[in-house]
Amino acid sequence: MFRKLTLACAALAIAVVAHAQPAPKQATAVDPAVIEAYIKGTWKKVPDGWQARVEQDETQRVCSQYRNNPPLTEFEKILAREKATVVFPGDGNVMGDWKKGEKIAQDGRGGQFSDPPNMVNGGNCYACHQMAKEELSFGTLGPSLAEYGKIRKFSVEEAKSVYAKIFNPQSVQPCSNMPRFGFHRFLSEQQIKDLTAYLMSPDSPVNK
Amino acid sequence: MLGARAALSALGLTVLLAVGVSGAPAQQAADDSEKEIERYRAMINDPMANPGYLNVDRGEVLWKTARGANNVSLEKCDLGMGPGKLEGAYAKLPRYFKDADRVMDLEQRLLWCMENIQKLDTKDVLARRFGGPGRTSDMEDLVAFIANKSNGMKIDPQLAHAKEQEMLAVGEAMFFRRSSISDFSCATCHGEDGKRIRLQGLPNLSKPGKVAQETMGSWPTYRVSQSQSRTMQHRLWDCYRQMRMPAPEYASDGLTALTVYLTSQAAGGEINVPSIKR
Repeated sequence: MFRKLTLACAALAIAVVAHAQPAPKQATAVDPAVIEAYIKGTWKKVPDGWQARVEQDETQRVCSQYRNNPPLTEFEKILAREKATVVFPGDGNVMGDWKKGEKIAQDGRGGQFSDPPNMVNGGNCYACHQMAKEELSFGTLGPSLAEYGKIRKFSVEEAKSVYAKIFNPQSVQPCSNMPRFGFHRFLSEQQIKDLTAYLMSPDSPVNK
Repeated sequence: MLGARAALSALGLTVLLAVGVSGAPAQQAADDSEKEIERYRAMINDPMANPGYLNVDRGEVLWKTARGANNVSLEKCDLGMGPGKLEGAYAKLPRYFKDADRVMDLEQRLLWCMENIQKLDTKDVLARRFGGPGRTSDMEDLVAFIANKSNGMKIDPQLAHAKEQEMLAVGEAMFFRRSSISDFSCATCHGEDGKRIRLQGLPNLSKPGKVAQETMGSWPTYRVSQSQSRTMQHRLWDCYRQMRMPAPEYASDGLTALTVYLTSQAAGGEINVPSIKR
């Protein structure tokens, strides 16, 4: 109960921050049906099993409409909907192998139309986040995660929160830029556990 | 001459790679590598050293070659400035064409001229839309040649016609449209100033101004990493690949809509092409 309240407060805090930003340029008045007709024409020959990638789910649609800055009612709807998708490991243990996690964090392959089908996807975390200090080639689209576990005193609750964030970041922050890795089955439960350990294990270079 | 060019390219790549593994802090490394890339660009940014100018030369030959069932050249093709007038045409594209009753980018317009003026079966041209090892692209050659005729001119978006306005609105919506298994839109990577993927800087194309002008004013470009001259069609195709979307249709109206939006952000930017990029 207390945890739920904390999360709700955090969500509200994020919402307030989001609404403190200057209002984005309003979306143009073009009929959504016109846009979707262009989309259809641009992806008219799609390989089997790929059509769902072209169409938007409700969360993608609302986040696009509001340019990731949804009004509070939509914000809460996304939060509730996305939270319901998070599946924790059956035995409750969210910590995998940080060494495997590091490989997944470095690996940016998978999921592109130029990739062979059925390959194991990487998480590509370093494309956007700073983590281990010795890795200098990191992106800045996401916040730095250096010493992530150390700052959070390696708490079990925080590890669970990391797992949930990787599984579905929008279960914590609606319209987050980060991919919903578990929700889309882009990463497996084991891969998300390994990444959680990479951020939360005291032995991980992220926390050195 | 060709050997010298290849050697120069290889040297440039070595410089880039060497910079990538420096021991300085990441931002410093990024800045240094950006500076080295600038130096490299300056070094080869002359028509005698940029391999993209081979495409310009081939494009000129293609423009003047009689082809198709009508056995005529493309010299009667109207790119918006009148039949055969190339100076400044690229600076005003995409634009509305009355004869086709459509807004077209340069590549769509060239295909239209091939099909309607030359009566050329474009199947082979489309199969070679992107060049590769041992395979030149007529489209990449023609775009390099024609865009080069707008060098020194300013990007001048054409937005007076209702269909141009529709393209702009759709392009803007597509820029912010999130989809696929990564939940990405164009704005995910190109929506804020000063961001990077790994060490690669990302232009913010969500607002008008200098960054958008420099970006759009430097396409088409010779991509050193691909050893090919590339057009905006290829750039957008490659972006959607990285966004984990299916391949977008070449010369489709959606890609032209995005190009209308991007050129409108880049209005007033000076064109200097083919440029050279990583």
